[in-house]
Amino acid sequence: MGSSRSSLSRVPDGQQLLQETGFSAAHLLRLHQRFQFLDKDSRGSLRSEDLEAALSENPIGVRIVGAFFQPGQETVDFPSFVRVLAHFRPTEKNRTRDGVQPDPADSRNRKLKFAFQLYDRDRDGKISRTELLQVLREMLGLQVTEEQLQSIAERAIQEADLDRDDAICFDEFRKSLEKVNIDHKMSVRFLE
Amino acid sequence: MAVLGPGSASLRFGSVLLIVLILCGSSWTRDVLTGRNDTRPEPNREHHDQDQDHAPNATKHKKAFPVLELNYDYVRMPFEISLWILLALLMKLGFHIIPRVSHIVPESCLLIFVGLLVGGAIKAIQEKAPVMDTKLFFLYLLPPIILDAGYFLPIRAFTENMGTILVFAVVGTLWNAFFIGGMMFAVCQIEAAAAAHVSLLSCLLFGSIISAVDPVAVLAVFEEIHINELLHILVFGESLLNDAVTVVLYHLFEEFSHAETVTVGDAFLGVVSFFVVSLGGILAGVIYGVLGAFTSRFTSHSRVIEPLFVFLYSYMAYLSAEVFHLSGIMSLIACGVVMRPYVEANISHKSYTTIKYFLKMWSSVSETLIFIFLGVSTVEGPHNWNWIFVIFTLIFALLSRVLGVVGLTFIINKFRIVKLTKKDQFIVAYGGLRGAIAFSLGYLIHEDGDSKNTRGMFLTAIITVIFFTVFVQGMTIRPLVELLAVKKKKESKPSINEEIHTQFLDHLLTGIEDVCGHYGHHHWKDKLNRFNKTYVKKWLIAGERSSEPQLISFYNKMEMKQAMMLVESGSAAKLPSVMAAADQNAEQQREPKPERMIPKISKTREAEIRRILRANLQNTRQRLRSYNRHDLFMDPFEDNMSEVRFRRQRVEMERRMSHYLTVPAKRQETPSVRKVWFEPEHKVYTYDENESARPSDSAALLDESNRSADGQSERQKPTRCLSDPGPNEDEEGSSFRSS
Repeated sequence: MGSSRSSLSRVPDGQQLLQETGFSAAHLLRLHQRFQFLDKDSRGSLRSEDLEAALSENPIGVRIVGAFFQPGQETVDFPSFVRVLAHFRPTEKNRTRDGVQPDPADSRNRKLKFAFQLYDRDRDGKISRTELLQVLREMLGLQVTEEQLQSIAERAIQEADLDRDDAICFDEFRKSLEKVNIDHKMSVRFLE
Repeated sequence: MAVLGPGSASLRFGSVLLIVLILCGSSWTRDVLTGRNDTRPEPNREHHDQDQDHAPNATKHKKAFPVLELNYDYVRMPFEISLWILLALLMKLGFHIIPRVSHIVPESCLLIFVGLLVGGAIKAIQEKAPVMDTKLFFLYLLPPIILDAGYFLPIRAFTENMGTILVFAVVGTLWNAFFIGGMMFAVCQIEAAAAAHVSLLSCLLFGSIISAVDPVAVLAVFEEIHINELLHILVFGESLLNDAVTVVLYHLFEEFSHAETVTVGDAFLGVVSFFVVSLGGILAGVIYGVLGAFTSRFTSHSRVIEPLFVFLYSYMAYLSAEVFHLSGIMSLIACGVVMRPYVEANISHKSYTTIKYFLKMWSSVSETLIFIFLGVSTVEGPHNWNWIFVIFTLIFALLSRVLGVVGLTFIINKFRIVKLTKKDQFIVAYGGLRGAIAFSLGYLIHEDGDSKNTRGMFLTAIITVIFFTVFVQGMTIRPLVELLAVKKKKESKPSINEEIHTQFLDHLLTGIEDVCGHYGHHHWKDKLNRFNKTYVKKWLIAGERSSEPQLISFYNKMEMKQAMMLVESGSAAKLPSVMAAADQNAEQQREPKPERMIPKISKTREAEIRRILRANLQNTRQRLRSYNRHDLFMDPFEDNMSEVRFRRQRVEMERRMSHYLTVPAKRQETPSVRKVWFEPEHKVYTYDENESARPSDSAALLDESNRSADGQSERQKPTRCLSDPGPNEDEEGSSFRSS
């Protein structure tokens, strides 16, 4: 690990990121390489076009790209990049970075929060009907009629909306997904 | 023993009757004939002989017309087979009548026990019992079980854990085989074992037979304990996939044991043959699966034979694989898995129901018969009890299983996202049951002329291990699961939210993987889905159903289910249709909930509604999340439904229905409605109950909806009827009710 530790110095905020995100040094290096690969103009930060190139076929690609950027910012630097990707680290029950046992409920919450924010573009804390419709439209594309989309959105809101405000707040969102193994569904195995 | 008493008494009586009939049948016939004759007495026939030779000059007699004849030989074979199956099923029924026993002892144990009794009875009257010979087992008894398992395999869980399953199946079985074989060879060298004549290769052969986890036994035991999906699919998947390894090892060692020397080249060929066997089996299965799917595209005019295609293509896949000594089990699984999504999109609802029922039925019968025959064969088979051999086999079998699982999990956990805990490992190790496959393979061993009943020794050891695993492990696994608080199967209702979000997360993960440049699980799954959508579906699915996105299918299915529930509950005289006739899928669907009090609705009205619903729905693809084979139904009336939503929905639906029914509907006979009620496995509808009750403005509606007709029969219609909205609902309903 000695060599990677020294090369970690090339990574901006490397030590801090190690502690914050829980990635290993090898992971960080690899992500840095990937970052540099995506950053075609070697500017040290990514623009949305760089990311969109990788996500061209994805129905919600634009949304995912948007998640990397802080509101109002045009570029993503490496630490932000890593912080976003840290949401997808598999929760490890035994691993402790600094002696603190990671709380599985907490990490599950963080993952869900990230997913929730992808739905909730305007960040008002609720997924409104229009936002849900937008997502459905993106996912289903041209194959369905407008009425079908409306029906599905309507039904989804009815199922999940417990406080009858015609929108899905974060708690309702979490509840509707309580049977899904989020740790498994939202984790990417980062290769060494 | 109370209930087994009369059972075995009747069995004994039955066998005695059989014997008597066999022995005396034809001679009685002749006696009846000749007894009547007194006009022309023949000197040779003064004595009524009991043996079966034909009388030489019987032709001169004038025979009186036999009013009652006995001709058992004619029906002997089917009669005996049917009798066996009938008795087996009666036993199965009997076990469920006594609740206590069936809760403690798994059914497989009871059936083996019955088999032992029957075997003992038959031996007592000194008849030759029907032994489960290999051909019977492998060609007739095993395929239905495997097909049933493969057709309803939970694909998502299976593919997500495919790596783990493969490692357990291949590496684990190899480890078991060599460890047991090697250790037993060492044991055989001990003086006290008196088995020094057994060669290394024979021991390895023995090891390979006994190392494989048996799918039949695993299914039989695991489905009663309802553990969580992950563990179930791990053990079960392993038991299916290790068939390839077993086949290769078995043939390999059998060939080698006849040859004098084994070279490295032979070993290498063995490895190659493993790949050929497994991949070839899968390929055969895929070919037949595609053929079956393609055929089903054209069956819209002869719906009645649709299920047959599924069964026959699958069976052919199995047999074709067996011809080439490929893995028949893997072929069957591959065929079922490949065929299913496309066939389900093409066939009618009734055919789907038929397929499901038949598969469950056949697999149930097969399983019962297998266990009973296992018991009978135990009593009958060539035995050679060798204390040391048997005891050590048992010890090493258990030991190798535990070591194998623990060791492999240690390696596998490095690659898994969701790690396997110690509890999981224990259950996986404990669930490694051996069963009838091992026994049948043992039966196949050729007996060397001069050896001292090695085969008998092997068979005895195999049977002992089987009995131990099935009885001891089978009986104790349930309390252990409780004790260790292993996570049980979660029962979840299908929720549109879950579906939407799961798909969303799939896309999200694929995107993240693309950003990271990491070709992971999601990436390949996405590619496969794309390929499927653009090319395969067009070929294999008839009509416009090929372009329906999965979310829409899911949604339609859910809406249909609830509309059907509403229809069945007869809660409103005028019921809404699910979709408007003219504009498919344009209608809004609210979630109707049935009430416990079911108002009546006229039968003709219901028939009309059903026809409308059927005519207007698109086909849906069903996602299964299941792992309990024998559970088919769920009763929606048992669920807690929210009053509020129900009432709100009903208002909506009635409004639409009144509009709808005034517009004449197109009555096309599209076989699109399907799988509504198909709860292949546990899906319990539990809506949450947090909704506050609303004042019921629908009380008035309830009154309106009361119609005369024979509401009684309507009320009692169980959910089963819903699975089949055919043109003659009433007949269907009653026939299902009585099943």
